[in-house]
Amino acid sequence: MSLFDYTIKELEAKLHNHEITVEDLVKESYEQIKEVDGDVHAFLTLDEEKALEKARELDKREDKSGILFGIPAGIKDNIVTKGLRTTCASQFLDNFTDPLYNATVVDKLDAENPVAVGKLNMDEFAMGSSNENSGYEPTRNPWNTDHVPGGSSGGSAAAVAAGEVLFSLGSDTGGSIRQPAAFCGVVGMKPTYGRVSRFGLVAFASSLDQIGPLTRTVEDNARVLEVIAGHDKMDSTSADVDVPAYTEALTGDVKGLKIAVPKEYLAEGVSEEVKHSVMEALKVYESLGATWEEVSLPHSKYALATYYLLSSSEASANLARFDGVRYGVRSENAENMLDMFVKSRSEGFGDEVKRRIMLGTFALSSGYYDAYYKKAQKVRTLIKNDFDKILEEYDVIVGPTTPTPAFKVGEKTSDPLTMYVNDILTIPVNLAGVPGISIPCGFSEEGLPIGLQIIGNYFDESTVYRAAHAFEQATEHHKKRPQLGGAK
Amino acid sequence: MAEISKEQVKHVANLARLEFDDEAVEQMANELSAIIEYAEQLNELDTENVKPTTHVLDLKNVMRKDEPKKWITQEEALKNAPDQKDGQIRVPSILE
Repeated sequence: MSLFDYTIKELEAKLHNHEITVEDLVKESYEQIKEVDGDVHAFLTLDEEKALEKARELDKREDKSGILFGIPAGIKDNIVTKGLRTTCASQFLDNFTDPLYNATVVDKLDAENPVAVGKLNMDEFAMGSSNENSGYEPTRNPWNTDHVPGGSSGGSAAAVAAGEVLFSLGSDTGGSIRQPAAFCGVVGMKPTYGRVSRFGLVAFASSLDQIGPLTRTVEDNARVLEVIAGHDKMDSTSADVDVPAYTEALTGDVKGLKIAVPKEYLAEGVSEEVKHSVMEALKVYESLGATWEEVSLPHSKYALATYYLLSSSEASANLARFDGVRYGVRSENAENMLDMFVKSRSEGFGDEVKRRIMLGTFALSSGYYDAYYKKAQKVRTLIKNDFDKILEEYDVIVGPTTPTPAFKVGEKTSDPLTMYVNDILTIPVNLAGVPGISIPCGFSEEGLPIGLQIIGNYFDESTVYRAAHAFEQATEHHKKRPQLGGAK
Repeated sequence: MAEISKEQVKHVANLARLEFDDEAVEQMANELSAIIEYAEQLNELDTENVKPTTHVLDLKNVMRKDEPKKWITQEEALKNAPDQKDGQIRVPSILE
């Protein structure tokens, strides 16, 4: 048994009782990384010496009371870490080795003293659903390395699934925490928009992006969110709403919980295996005293188009800052200033990033703005209204996280639209801004994990966690571990 | 509509400060046309009286005092710059 099979809370207790040291935990983390990361490729940047130094320093302290004290963690590489290379998995930022400040979430973690062991792989600038858009070696699924880990937080999900770290931070713009969590059989939470500060998160689509934790258990997840959530004056879109003690919501009691199951989330395109697992999960909820009813989110089918217009438009503006002037890789083939912008961007960005910038620039350009961008903003209102209406009557919305389990590497790379469809069940949640979690709810015949998505009301992560925890404790799915190797 | 020409791709590329070779222009035209054609399904919806959502939270004009504080030094600001001279970032000439 690995030390990482314990929960974070159990490990904290072991540290307090001097049964283990922080150094033991960090060494365990690095041993596992050396063992498996050559196949998994979850990490882009590691700093073993610095992590061990921090571990030894923490071991000397009398006060070990931080709630994540000494716990090895990984950070998605679009979250800025002072003095630790931050690339967003883009060749454009390959040389960005010395960021000048920490993202607010990193400062908040630091205050509790977990140990960051490294930065995690992703789709370049968080644009993608498979990690195949990484500017480096793409991450593979620990359950079967022929399959993708999902994306864009594929490294964050794979590192937790493979036992390389106890928790990780990811970011979710259209499903980028929940979809890889589902594919890798871990717990991934996208909090309410505005719940967690985005300061220091390299912006993809500012009205949709949100940082959240990936972990092995719901309890671990709630612990991490408790630390990173809260208002931040450095992010004017972060909400000034009190952060409850999420771990206290984990009562195991869901008696009387009212669950809505959107018929659109179990429609055509969702595989039989996935449907079956979700129906089994609903039976578990029934046995625990919750009730469920079928409902409709009628504008679901329009979410994908709405999302790609809005997120790409926002991305085209956000990525304008990458010009090769102040940081990043500057093209050496430029003759003048304008040429330097064009060549640095064209050489530094990958195909998917360019495609999204082009789509967004087109949708915002003169003559098309009303037809595409503004139209999509209006449809966003209709999608949000669907959620508002259902969440007035029900406590949570439950359905699958993804239409299928993890697909094979290379299976969907030829056509962008085929890849995009993969996010059809997670995207509406970002458009509405409500919180959503993915937890393991079964396995396919091939042995790949299947994720259950639980969606809650604005700023009511507590109910989402309570529902997720009750299911987890009533089932065994979260105890299964990948046997690394797979057919290569 | 939904057909995006190679000329349009070149125009948008210029706005976005990107460049593509001829083959990539053609591919981009095809891919963007397919995505835009897909996006046109939004026109099935009557949104005449629907307000656009720019932001999901009820936040308006979040203000704070504009107080100067110590952030980074000039030296730090130059640390990641690709080229520099005399304490400033150097770029290629703007005018020929």
